[in-house]
Amino acid sequence: MSSEPKFFEQPAGGVVGKPMDRVDGRAKVTGAARYSAEFALPGLTYAVLVTSAMANAKVSLDTTQAEKAPGVLAVYTHLNIPPLAVLPNSPDKPKGWSPPMKYMPLSNNEVQYANQPIAVVIADALERAQHAATLVKVSYQAAEPIASFEDPKAKLFDPQAIQDGKTAGHTVRGNPKEALAQSAVQHKATYTHAINHHNPLEPAATTAFWEGNRLTVYDATQGITRTQTSLAATFGLAREQVRVITQYLGGGFGCKGSCWPHTVLAAQVARGVGRPVKLVLTRPQMFTSVGHREDQTQTLQVGATKEGKLTALIHEKTSTTSPWDNYAESNSKIIGMLYACPNFEASYQLARANVMPSTFMRAPGEAPGSFAIESSLDDIAYQLGIDPIEIRLRNYAEKDSNDGKAWSSKSLKECYARGAELFGWSKRNPKPGQTRDGRYLVGMGMATASYPVHSSQGTARVRLFADGRAVVQSGATDLGTGTYTVMTQTSADVLGLPPDRIRFELGDTTLPTAPNSGGSVAAGTVSSSIFVAAQDVWRKVKELARADSKSPLYRAKMDDIIVEGGTLMLKKDRSKAEPFAAILERARLTDIESTGMGRYGAGFEGDDKTTDQNSQPKTYSMHSFGAHFCEVRVDPELGTVRVTRWVGVHGAGRILNAKTARSQMIGGAIFGIGAALMEATERDQNFARYVNADLAGYHVPVQADIPDMTIEFVDEKDPYINAMGVKGIGELGMVGVAAAVANAVYHATGKRIRSLPITPDKLLGTAATV
Amino acid sequence: MNNFAFQTAASAKQATGAFRDDKQAAYLAGGTTLLDLMKLNVLQPSQLVDINSLPYRGITETPDGLRIGAMERMSDVGENALVMQQYPAISESLLLAASPQLRNMASIGGNLLQRTRCGYFRDTAFPCNKRQPGSGCPAINGENRNHAILGTSDQCIATYPGDLAVALIALDAVLHLESAKGKARRVPLLDFYLTPGNTPQRETTLEPGELITAVTVPAAEHARKSKYLKVRDRASYAFALVSAAVGLDVQGGTIRSARVALGSVGTKPWRAQAAEQLLVGKAATEANFRAAAALALQGARPHKHNAFKVELAQNTLVRALQDVAG
Repeated sequence: MSSEPKFFEQPAGGVVGKPMDRVDGRAKVTGAARYSAEFALPGLTYAVLVTSAMANAKVSLDTTQAEKAPGVLAVYTHLNIPPLAVLPNSPDKPKGWSPPMKYMPLSNNEVQYANQPIAVVIADALERAQHAATLVKVSYQAAEPIASFEDPKAKLFDPQAIQDGKTAGHTVRGNPKEALAQSAVQHKATYTHAINHHNPLEPAATTAFWEGNRLTVYDATQGITRTQTSLAATFGLAREQVRVITQYLGGGFGCKGSCWPHTVLAAQVARGVGRPVKLVLTRPQMFTSVGHREDQTQTLQVGATKEGKLTALIHEKTSTTSPWDNYAESNSKIIGMLYACPNFEASYQLARANVMPSTFMRAPGEAPGSFAIESSLDDIAYQLGIDPIEIRLRNYAEKDSNDGKAWSSKSLKECYARGAELFGWSKRNPKPGQTRDGRYLVGMGMATASYPVHSSQGTARVRLFADGRAVVQSGATDLGTGTYTVMTQTSADVLGLPPDRIRFELGDTTLPTAPNSGGSVAAGTVSSSIFVAAQDVWRKVKELARADSKSPLYRAKMDDIIVEGGTLMLKKDRSKAEPFAAILERARLTDIESTGMGRYGAGFEGDDKTTDQNSQPKTYSMHSFGAHFCEVRVDPELGTVRVTRWVGVHGAGRILNAKTARSQMIGGAIFGIGAALMEATERDQNFARYVNADLAGYHVPVQADIPDMTIEFVDEKDPYINAMGVKGIGELGMVGVAAAVANAVYHATGKRIRSLPITPDKLLGTAATV
Repeated sequence: MNNFAFQTAASAKQATGAFRDDKQAAYLAGGTTLLDLMKLNVLQPSQLVDINSLPYRGITETPDGLRIGAMERMSDVGENALVMQQYPAISESLLLAASPQLRNMASIGGNLLQRTRCGYFRDTAFPCNKRQPGSGCPAINGENRNHAILGTSDQCIATYPGDLAVALIALDAVLHLESAKGKARRVPLLDFYLTPGNTPQRETTLEPGELITAVTVPAAEHARKSKYLKVRDRASYAFALVSAAVGLDVQGGTIRSARVALGSVGTKPWRAQAAEQLLVGKAATEANFRAAAALALQGARPHKHNAFKVELAQNTLVRALQDVAG
């Protein structure tokens, strides 16, 4: 058709990949950036949730006093809240309803989990609403709750499928049981993972208002379209009647990836009081409103040869789910794909408990799954006297064992080699418990990281103005990771303009639709959408030039025209050239725009598909890979672990911004160190209620826990992923981190900890053993 | 949060006067515990009496030792040169506590009255004998990893979580109090805190309306050679799993006097005088430190999730003693 490039090639002097400062940095540090709780709409009112003390009960409420409190506009309970068109817990659940909850609070008098909302108080001031909320009298008809899969009352069941039916509950490849029985090395271990909560700095917040039948919400969400679709479905509206805006987000990590009940409740009560309503969840409410990483135990059986080659992997996971859904992180996927192993089996068991649904949390499945496989492999390496990197190389997967496909690209060997070099791995004493520094035991461990490229597609609009500026738009969200910045860089290079001539806009459902910012898909999808849209803009400009007798490119063939730095020219005679502005001016156009759809991931290899031996389009398995190297100092008497050095080397396709990417990988490692060493939400097993639901009781790492980190990316060009060759890095940096820490702790102490987090109590007694 | 009245006290008399007709009043100094618990509806005072303008200031050297005004801020005391040099355990206990922002707000008097961090106490959805006498103690059969192993009762196992009081109780600090009737009295910190027994709601011997005006600490060689060691789940900004405040006067290898206290293992800041007596006259050796630590933990009653504290507390004590013995 035309010579428009299918794959982005960086122009000379381009800014993609450069460590450009954040374009929204100034707005954020000056407070000009407005988050979802910061829109002071005229007549704004404030909602406060009354939540249940009990986890399993029926309630009756007396709101008389609360209603009389000063400033109160309304107190809503299940008896008087404006009804939804369709309830998610009804059999005819509406199409497009995508929230993880199949149950809507205040739809009846039932309480299914502790801190479930049971009433909403709306007042003219936040403090008045808070006070009135304490005046709502609640009577409970309580039953004994089930607290977890470990509760003696809990019934374990085979879910057949997990994750809303998206993932099979049982997978078999080869003949794992027989292979395991015949293996020279048989290793079996059980791993447990505490409940983790995402705890983004910005809590969930919704500001909602109605204009007739049109609903607008400013919502702290990673996916404005998913929230729009869900709200439209529940309120019986067309999608275009609902507008969702998220200009800035203070972190999400998955907990803002779905439309949760509080957003629906805010819209419901806003309709009831006929005024804008703002609902901001408190920190304790964040622990029971937007999901968590579930409490889980995994048993992994590994068969291997004496040379350390894997022969069988059998993985069983048991975890807690809510009363309505079959959610479990799919830990087994990474266990089945990370190394070459012919025999593999995975199964899931669930138990229903009185808890709110767990949900995806940064590297869902990959994070805990990698903890199991990477710890077990480390064990076997020590058992056989093989270096931990060497055992990984002996099991290096040349293709994806889960689906048999070739990798679109894989730079893992380079990551191991470069990481080992940066870390000084060769200087490590291979024997555990041998390296001392004063009273500390020093340990070094490593682990593999990997995350899949999930298929996705989205759209972006490029509007190029004759004055040399451009506005580029996509209904994506920026979790704080740098989407505004990297899309500005992308736009600059694909349009041949300096980045300060680009304004990139996101976070509004009136803009072209983009996917959720989750599963590491945003950077690849949105950047390739911009690339495609820009190509179409240039196609239109070329058409104008070809038809313009005053242009030096008059009657040139489409394929012969190229664009460089905003100037159109003949490929074979660069003297025949003209800046795009001149072409638009003669055509009396002030601007020209196009929308492009960027597609991303497996199945979207595009026109560049090669064919396999049966002449079928060849498809690829698409993953990013990396390697973590960790040094710890363990105080054997006090049980404390400090991470003292960290090296991460990753191959993740094209890196759009060296600085924001480095930050994101550091953030991923810190997130993983948190899970490895301290993060745990404690649920009382009698009350099914959390006892440390705040940031004093739930420990996330502080500066003093984290050393200076060395992060590198290896160059990786992947033409199959998408037009930009971007794999996405939101989750990769976290996968394998807990294992790298646990492996370092083992190397320091000779003690294998299989239960996260690795707190001092688990390392006591170490002094006596080394 | 409930509605409450608010007044600023210009004098001690005005401050204590507020309690004459109102037993539900509360003093407000730094507010770092009080406001937190009010927002959680754990505390619901009828009025707050702001005592920040009362003149209980000064960090001074007296003929007997150290005097700290009760309204001094944690950060100022922690960074004071006299405290750092002559009473290092006190300085360390302050600087290892909370965060800089909290230390800048919190007063010394208020810090000594810090409430437990027991999650059941802090959440009104749970029963709690301390918050609501007679309602029960879910911690005993619940999530009790952070709870006490010393000084507990079948009514309450909540830990005293603070740091400063542990250092002060080790170094024989005395509280200076002023009652609602204007009467001054002195109470050794050792006699100030109560174990829960059957009245876990009573945590100190402070009378309603009584003000803490100052803390004094006697000068001593074991104070100059003192240390506060804190073990916690993360490197900073966390309450202790276990802490130890110790002081030793060692002359020619022989211990002449010893001070030993433990934090976050007791229902109150835990002074271990038997361990001190064991050490006096002995050589400053690990074996003797171990014996003292074992004695300090004698009678510990662990629950399901906090048995590790018995060993951790002993190791922490030994480490702290080794560090000050040099």
